[in-house]
Amino acid sequence: MSAMALWDSVMATAAARGGALIGPARAVPLASLARASCLPGRLDALRGRSVIVALRDQLTAAIALLELDGLARRMVVCTPDLAPEHLPHVARGAQADAWLGDAASSAPPEIAGLDFALDAEALPQPCEVERRASCATEWVLLTSGTTGAPKLVSHTLASLMSAFAHHPADAGAAPVWSTFYDIRRYGGLQIYLRALHAGSLVLSSAGEATSAFLARAAAAGVTHISGTPSHWRKALMSGTIEGFSPAYVRLSGEIADQGILDALRAAFPRAVVAHAFASTEAGVGFEVRDGRAGFPATLVGKTDDGVEVDVSRGTLRIRSPGNAAAYLGVGAPSLRDPEGFVDLGDRLELRDGRYFFVGRSGGIINVGGLKVHPEEVEAVINSHPRVRMSLVRSRRNPITGAIVAADVVLADGAAGGGEPAADERIRHEILETCRSLLAAHKVPAAIRFVPALEMSASGKLVRPHESPGSSHNDTQKHVGARESGGSGGAG
Amino acid sequence: MVRSTITNLFQEVAREQQRQLAPLTDDLKLLQCGLDSLSFALIVARLEDALGYDPFDTAESFPVTFGDFIRLYEARAA
Repeated sequence: MSAMALWDSVMATAAARGGALIGPARAVPLASLARASCLPGRLDALRGRSVIVALRDQLTAAIALLELDGLARRMVVCTPDLAPEHLPHVARGAQADAWLGDAASSAPPEIAGLDFALDAEALPQPCEVERRASCATEWVLLTSGTTGAPKLVSHTLASLMSAFAHHPADAGAAPVWSTFYDIRRYGGLQIYLRALHAGSLVLSSAGEATSAFLARAAAAGVTHISGTPSHWRKALMSGTIEGFSPAYVRLSGEIADQGILDALRAAFPRAVVAHAFASTEAGVGFEVRDGRAGFPATLVGKTDDGVEVDVSRGTLRIRSPGNAAAYLGVGAPSLRDPEGFVDLGDRLELRDGRYFFVGRSGGIINVGGLKVHPEEVEAVINSHPRVRMSLVRSRRNPITGAIVAADVVLADGAAGGGEPAADERIRHEILETCRSLLAAHKVPAAIRFVPALEMSASGKLVRPHESPGSSHNDTQKHVGARESGGSGGAG
Repeated sequence: MVRSTITNLFQEVAREQQRQLAPLTDDLKLLQCGLDSLSFALIVARLEDALGYDPFDTAESFPVTFGDFIRLYEARAA
């Protein structure tokens, strides 16, 4: 094999410009990794293997991914919040035969074939390292699935870098990138890879207050920074952005509405404010820099970068070199449609030459960048003995973009006409069940008892399509019932 | 009235989310009151149900302190 490994291109670019990976407690100059490793003397033990990268520490993971590309056959990039009960599914799907953990990782799952485990050093240790690429490593990212178990999305380094590989770094001062995302998520991984080819990267930290992170970013001279609209709303609410003056502010992972775009424009008058349309599966489609919600219709078609944007079926579809290759695992669904497009699931409406988002197909709800599949929540609600059926839907929210709301039909038909105290008790019981079985962002913020839910001719629950308030266009904000969705995108 | 509704909702959501709420003074920074983004999202949704409006629609800037938050809602109620 001869594909250029990440290591080689990083040494030729960011490392040569003095780039570093900067965590909350320590910084690692990229050039120092020429003679240091988090797996001193043991790197070759992972050569050719399918490795579960289960490191908890983000900085260690940032170094390990750099060290393993071109060496491991496959890297499964575990998110730090991956529940241990999902590990066997992930390991089987990736046909993993090696485990890379650290002091804080959970134990590797006991499954056939996964018989080799290593712990990485938290700090790179000085050693002689021969870095020799021997394969084009497959990068496997995890994204949430309908049942709660993650889906395994297979990328290559080339597909992950396609959005910027052909845009050489600016000749001026090396940029300092940062992101609110963890780099193990697609949106964060994009920033990680960009930074590794341009300058430095300031990593966020899960336990760190927004104000502390922003202070650290400002002190490190961050010039380029990304996050979801929810991350940015929280940043603005922190009241600590004074003194921070990035040149480029990026939003992704959720639909950016006009309110947050205007607020960022006011907060960072010197910055380019861009919102990107992307998903783990589709890759980065495009970004919009005109400060307006939605995107101009002129973007539909094929761009110079080989990205094809299609809206002919009412949702945003992308066919590009940035698309993932496939879902992994036995019986995994096809990632592309028959025409080779990946559907982002964002439903669109054309108004005055511009496409605006009007909700999600399949009813997926995006709560502050975290996807919620309605079916998973409905299954929990329906487990209550008094519930006949339920419909979980999105409700627009100015803080997290959307929140989860539920319409519930009771088995005895008492909905709406039942004793208020009895209804309240059932509501309380349903919520308690949801809280005990679901992550907090999946628990309905509101439960409404209704007499019936609409069914289609084929007997399926009719999921709500657009309501007027679902628009992400500022001019539509005051209209309607405000039952909106968000995007499941990232990047 | 708006103030007491808001105060009660902060306390209610903090209990539900099992979060330790700081004493709600007007100069308390929202991000230091003990609640996370999801908690604020719940509060804003319930306030919309209780008061019938969402002032974030037209807000010029995001509230930073508890006092800012109250004023945002009181201004719309006025």
